[in-house]
Amino acid sequence: MQAFTYHAPRSVNEAVELLASTDGKSVLLAGGTDVLVQLRENLRHADHVIDIKQIPELTQLKTTADGGLSLGSAVTCSQLLHSEPAAPYVALLDAAQIIGGWQIQSRATIGGNLCNSSPAADSVPALLALGAEVEYATPTGTQTCCVSEFCTGPGKNVMNGQGLLVSLKLLPLGPTSGSAYERFIPRYEMDIAVASAGAYIELADDGTIATARIALGAVGPKAILATQPADALIGQTPSDELIEDVARQAATLATPINDMRGTIEFRQQLTYVLVKRTLHTALLRAAGQVVSHHPR
Amino acid sequence: MPGKAPAKMAISTTINGQNYDFLCEPRQSLLEVLRDSLQLTGAKEGCNNGNCGACTVLLDGEPVNSCIVLAVEVQGRELTTIEGIANRGELHPIQQCFLEGAALQCGICTPGFIVAAKALLDKKPNPSEEEIRFALAGNLCRCTGYDKIVRSVQAASERIQAGSTPKQNPQPNQTNQQQAQQQQ
Amino acid sequence: MNGSPISYSDKKYKVLGTRPIRHDGTDKVTGRAIYTNDVHFPDMVHGKILRSPHAHAKILSIDTSAAQALDGVLAVITGEDWPHLKDKIAHLGEGAVNLADLSENCMAIDKALYKGHAIAAVAARNVHIAEEALSLIKVEYETLPSVLWVQDAMQDDAPILHEDLRTDYMGAKGDKPTNIATHLQFEQGDVEAALASADVVIEREFKTATVHQGYIEPHNSIALWNEDGKLKIWTSTQGSFTCRQQVAELLQIPLSRVTVTPCEIGGGFGGKIAVYLEPVAALLSRKCGRPVKMVMQRDEVLEATGPTPGSYMKIKIGATKEGKLVAGDAYLAYDAGAYPGGVIGPGCMCVFSCVELPNARVHGYDVCLNKPKTQAYRAPGATQAAFAFESVMNELADTLCICPLELRLKNAAKEGTRRVDGPIYPRVGLIECLEAAKNSDHWNTPLEGKHRGRGIAAGFWFNIGLKSSVSATVNSDGTVNLLEGSTDIGGTRTSIAMQLAETLGIAAEDVHPKVVDTDSVGYTDVTGGSRTTFATGLAAYEVGLDLRKQLCQRAATLWECDVEDVRFDSGTFVGCDNKKITFRELAEQLPEIGEPVVGRASISKDVSTNGFGVHICDVEVDPETGKVRVLRYTAIQDAGKAIHPSYVEGQLQGGAVQGIGWALNEEYFYRDDATMANASLLDYRMPTCYDLPMIDTIIVEVPNPDHPYGVRGVGETPIVPPPAAVQSAIYHACGARMFKLPMSPPKLWKAISQLS
Repeated sequence: MQAFTYHAPRSVNEAVELLASTDGKSVLLAGGTDVLVQLRENLRHADHVIDIKQIPELTQLKTTADGGLSLGSAVTCSQLLHSEPAAPYVALLDAAQIIGGWQIQSRATIGGNLCNSSPAADSVPALLALGAEVEYATPTGTQTCCVSEFCTGPGKNVMNGQGLLVSLKLLPLGPTSGSAYERFIPRYEMDIAVASAGAYIELADDGTIATARIALGAVGPKAILATQPADALIGQTPSDELIEDVARQAATLATPINDMRGTIEFRQQLTYVLVKRTLHTALLRAAGQVVSHHPR
Repeated sequence: MPGKAPAKMAISTTINGQNYDFLCEPRQSLLEVLRDSLQLTGAKEGCNNGNCGACTVLLDGEPVNSCIVLAVEVQGRELTTIEGIANRGELHPIQQCFLEGAALQCGICTPGFIVAAKALLDKKPNPSEEEIRFALAGNLCRCTGYDKIVRSVQAASERIQAGSTPKQNPQPNQTNQQQAQQQQ
Repeated sequence: MNGSPISYSDKKYKVLGTRPIRHDGTDKVTGRAIYTNDVHFPDMVHGKILRSPHAHAKILSIDTSAAQALDGVLAVITGEDWPHLKDKIAHLGEGAVNLADLSENCMAIDKALYKGHAIAAVAARNVHIAEEALSLIKVEYETLPSVLWVQDAMQDDAPILHEDLRTDYMGAKGDKPTNIATHLQFEQGDVEAALASADVVIEREFKTATVHQGYIEPHNSIALWNEDGKLKIWTSTQGSFTCRQQVAELLQIPLSRVTVTPCEIGGGFGGKIAVYLEPVAALLSRKCGRPVKMVMQRDEVLEATGPTPGSYMKIKIGATKEGKLVAGDAYLAYDAGAYPGGVIGPGCMCVFSCVELPNARVHGYDVCLNKPKTQAYRAPGATQAAFAFESVMNELADTLCICPLELRLKNAAKEGTRRVDGPIYPRVGLIECLEAAKNSDHWNTPLEGKHRGRGIAAGFWFNIGLKSSVSATVNSDGTVNLLEGSTDIGGTRTSIAMQLAETLGIAAEDVHPKVVDTDSVGYTDVTGGSRTTFATGLAAYEVGLDLRKQLCQRAATLWECDVEDVRFDSGTFVGCDNKKITFRELAEQLPEIGEPVVGRASISKDVSTNGFGVHICDVEVDPETGKVRVLRYTAIQDAGKAIHPSYVEGQLQGGAVQGIGWALNEEYFYRDDATMANASLLDYRMPTCYDLPMIDTIIVEVPNPDHPYGVRGVGETPIVPPPAAVQSAIYHACGARMFKLPMSPPKLWKAISQLS
């Protein structure tokens, strides 16, 4: 492994200053499940590694004043999976429990998953579906943006190596709502998504769909918020035909590539299938049913 | 390009209930330090990038791949390694059940599986087969096809729940002859 | 479900067939067992290898000066540091190797033949410095066109790997440069006439991807070239003597100067027979005068050690409408990787091995291309061939509306059947395995539900004999120390010790087996070819007879009678007047009555015996994604005599799961530049435990006439049937017949979507 200096700042300011003073030659370390592998395999170079896990506010997970969820950027998947406040954010839990195996989840953070900015990141479609906002610190102050604007391409995000992700803020959930995340992998565990989808549904009192968000992963340079297909659900009474139509529409938004994980054609098909399935699951969950694809 | 390695750092940590102080370079993984500096070679190196689970140790009770933890990150934390699973001359029920259930062939993945299985049974004493398989999916075994591993974790779960103390290794002569008689 | 074996023998044993705790078990569950990477020496340094980034390139120059100058670097070597070897074939037990090729495979001289080919190596104070030093070595390459697929490599205009290679066809050499190293042919009867007379003829083409053995322990070795000229090696190897021979030949030093200590081995499956690191570490050690440890990273294991061949195959069979096979014709082309000598031979021998086929023909091709030199992988060559042949058998059963088990029973190879490559089977257990399948709970439980299907397939592999040596000492507490040379990969210490225990009438735990170095026991061939429990077990039996004989003598001394009057009866020595003394009692008296009792035995078996298996597989297919879920699986196999049934079950289960991985997801992906795209255990997708159900086993025991206890090796056969069993199950689940491995989701989905 390449040589580097290790820093463990105790505050966001200290971390941001370190980041600025090391002139682009540093990397932030949260769970390290991507970063340490990238450093070891020389896919990334750093003279300084800045461990953010000693910054107390980054490891906090709590309900916000408006009833949403605030997730410090160093919160691990395991922490998330066992926390009360996060329990209703089922799509995010769906993602957190399939990011690697248990050993990975003990270390990997949702913030790190987002900052690594892989198009196939499992948490990102879930965050998009749940309407997350990102807060990050830069030398010039704290900034916020929608999670949909955060990633800018494979391995790239708006911070451009100059910022520190502080927290993710998830919107309050509607009273009759459900969410889901599902991915396709060739095995049943330990794999990178070939395609994925996240969905959030909120039902009105009359059973029609009041709010809907659909997100697609691994089928473009970054995760895609499928706004139009989701809007087509609003005001409608859920039905298999409706979901089928919307899933087909969503699949047309996928712009995947051919690679060893799958062909363009296959990924478009998977997008259709996964959108359909996540919408079904989200609706069942909105109706109060417990649906789980993996033991939790 | 190679540069001069930054100074070593002094780390204090607790491993298997004992205090350890060691010096390490920031770039050294926990696995490297455990194995090469502290001579705790029970955690195995299978892939060195977090995909096989052979190097699993417990970090504050949670299973982690020690190959993708920096040694400097364990300052002030508590570690359990395979060396800390048996209790003063007595095997842990998981270890005993792995032996009785023939849950190992080459044995290289075995320490990682036992540590991960302990984490599981500590948290969930009576897991279903699916829960065991899901919890152990981060540990690869290429020899056994997993059947006997899963069964041994089930057996350990039953044994722990029954509260029986782990069996001592019986007198060799007796076991074998008893078994031989049962076969006849 | 794992019941008692179905036995076709009435012999009763005290030890064989029981399930004692393995002798090395406690060390392995406590993390105390010593694998090579756990060995530390004072003053030890660490070696690393610089590898070719190109699949095919001329090496124009190598400049190591900056690496040499780096603080902490102790030695640097390149191909120039190796003795120049002429072509010479060395026999390594299971297979032979050209030493010049082996040497170049350990370190290239003027040409890199695959991505990952070793170019230079460094020893340094720690691995990090060694890695830094590698980045300072400057290599100038001239890249050449490369070829990765066997059929492409066989074309006349393909890039040529070895200018001097000529096809060997039945002993005659071809006259032009080629990548086809060998063209094999086996034939019996009149294939054309028989095919013409057949009621039904099915001909199909198959392709399989390159796959890796996937042992969890990467290759790792330590070498110490001592000042006295002796070379000591600690390593992870399937054969310590084979390793010694290769190292001595490659480095051109006398055999006796090399000692190989086989440490615990973390899996091999055929991939840890050829040397990679040992001679490199040795040369580095000679240069720096210190012990050198080398440990491969996982990408090195996948890119630079031997995977097993990808293949192109064509199978044609003819049968009567009643399902009696009349003829078979096979064309098999396997990739050898960068150097000749792949596993095409056994592929050809195995393709029709499960049936009686009076008219048969096999053409086989060993083809070089720009991948690492392929190696054995559990029943090397047989799994590909069985995927093709057994799939055609299943299609024949579907076509004729015959039960696939009945079709196999009707055509099963049995005692007296002549295999296409010549040998005539002695007593074998295929029919008994098929009967066991027919009577199994699995076969008799209907499979219900949508998109579900069941498939079966049979499989065959040899057990080779070869050479094994053991020695044994009787301790005065009634136990026996057993020294052996067979490295123990899956519990063979215990299966060998149990055979000695049975012979002496003592408990398995009273034999203390130890795998020792090449100075401490007689020559022993590799742990491979499913031979260890069979052949080294035979040596253990022989040494037991030797000890018995010596102990009878001691009893005679004790009783002051003639040795002829002492007989051994199941753990007890019986003299005149029914005088009796147990093994332990006699052992206790040994210090008083003469010299220590030490036995030795060595065996050399030319015979190769035969192991047959039958697998049943249920799957569910997701027709929208092409993803397969294995619902239920049963592996049935003739073990001859299951010495330790738990470990026989374990072999069946482990082999079946490797075969399932091969069937469904394992493959080498290549980028456009001919480099491997998935050189990690994340992207090289071996099954996890969440991918599988329990694997049921049924052990059948049809005693092997060539072994006193009837033992047949069981290690390899279980990987052979799965791909064809899974293929057939998939067809019955969704109607798509797959002809290419792996049957991964994108391919299966495509095939399903193309069904009308």
